Amino acid sequence: MSALVTLTGVSKTFENGTRALAGVDLSVNAGEFVSLVGPSGCGKSTVLRLIAGLIQPDDGAVAFPGGRPEIGFVFQEPTLMPWARTLDNVRLPLDLVGMDRARANERAARALTSLGLAGFERAFPRELSGGMRMRVSVARAIAAEPKLLLMDEPFAALDEFTRQALNDDLLKLWDDEQLTVLFVTHSVYESAYLSSRVAVMTPRPGRIAADVALSSPRGRDSGYRLTPEFSAAAGQITTSLRGFIGRTSSARH
Amino acid sequence: MLGIAVLSCWEALVRIENIPAYVLPAPTAIWSAFADNFASLMASMWTTLRITVEAFVLAVALGVALAVLFSQSRTIETALYPYAVMLQVTPIVAIAPLVLIWVGFERIHLALLILAWLVAFFPILSNTTLGLRSANHDLIDLFRLHRASRWQILIRLQLPTALPYLLGAMKVSGGLALIGAVVAEFVAGSGTATGLAWRIVEAGNRLQIAKMFAALGLLSALGISIFFLLSLLEWALLHLWHESALKKQT
Repeated sequence: MSALVTLTGVSKTFENGTRALAGVDLSVNAGEFVSLVGPSGCGKSTVLRLIAGLIQPDDGAVAFPGGRPEIGFVFQEPTLMPWARTLDNVRLPLDLVGMDRARANERAARALTSLGLAGFERAFPRELSGGMRMRVSVARAIAAEPKLLLMDEPFAALDEFTRQALNDDLLKLWDDEQLTVLFVTHSVYESAYLSSRVAVMTPRPGRIAADVALSSPRGRDSGYRLTPEFSAAAGQITTSLRGFIGRTSSARH
Repeated sequence: MLGIAVLSCWEALVRIENIPAYVLPAPTAIWSAFADNFASLMASMWTTLRITVEAFVLAVALGVALAVLFSQSRTIETALYPYAVMLQVTPIVAIAPLVLIWVGFERIHLALLILAWLVAFFPILSNTTLGLRSANHDLIDLFRLHRASRWQILIRLQLPTALPYLLGAMKVSGGLALIGAVVAEFVAGSGTATGLAWRIVEAGNRLQIAKMFAALGLLSALGISIFFLLSLLEWALLHLWHESALKKQT
């Protein structure tokens, strides 16, 4: 398994003096589903933004051993353009690189179908429910057929049912499209369900405290949540976090 | 309904109290004055309308262009904004004679245009600048992630974001352009001016109060039409997607 992206000794301090990250080492291999788990404010989003190239590290390096892959990004909010219809929203990454309209429309429509939204191409974001808007956001992220999908707590604002449905859809996508996913969440259970590997982060300054290997999520369905293996995995992750949770409760956010 | 009721009361009041025509003409008298002077009033309305529309279009064009420039460079914005504010607070009543001298008395149309533009310009600049800066930060990051050029970010993200702000400012500027055109004409003196303002002054001087009211009525009609048209434009562009134009679900 080759590493798709590696962070070596990455540190980042923001303008207001917050030491977001200090000496973060992380590598994500091709085909993995890695979750980044940690309490709020531990720098998980910063890691994603560093990989996406939206910010630069102060120290250390972000490297792509096989060359910079096509990256898709899903934010915590659906972040759709409210003035554009669903298909136009999904087509955005393709429009930005100048793909011809017909081909781009086809790709976008396919992405929508894979997220179960066939038939909603002409809808405006305002007309969709929160869960549907998040699906459009994911469809947009995969429209450009990325190798690496970065997701920043995408399902945090959704209700349990929608969240679980999207978890399953995401796993199916990961399997069908052979994606590599780096998934940020503060839910231990979500990370245990979705991942083949969980990197536990601790805050102020952010660093990787533990790296928990799990079994492959291929073929998992909602029944998995009731298995002992799932409980054990969740327990393992929680234990890694436990030593650090006490520290955060007294800290200023 | 309300208008008809008001007009009826007005008519009744004038007749019952026998109010002289030069104090408050009855609606019927105003209508006669309008019919009698139809051609000249319409010609004047056209002149005023022309200046208003030209000033408005210029205000939107320059306002948006400058706002785009401001959005691209904070330095330019900080440098030029004070001058824009100066333009806003300068009363055209005071500088109208000056503008006329600079532009030349033969080009009074241009002078009136400049003065009307001066009044209408600032809301467009201020609102559009705000709108351009209001683009969703995560969306900007998404555009940057996909290596969008500044131009793409401007056209596909910033301008659509600014549209509701711009449309709101346009409704204000439309009326201001009209006021500017009228006030400019009042102050720039009569002479070769032939707009509605001139008709109002002329009628006033000749104690043709009914005709004066007719001209004022036309002015109001112009103002209402402009506002209505711009509101229609706003509805047309926003009703499908913007919070402001959506019907509330009951």
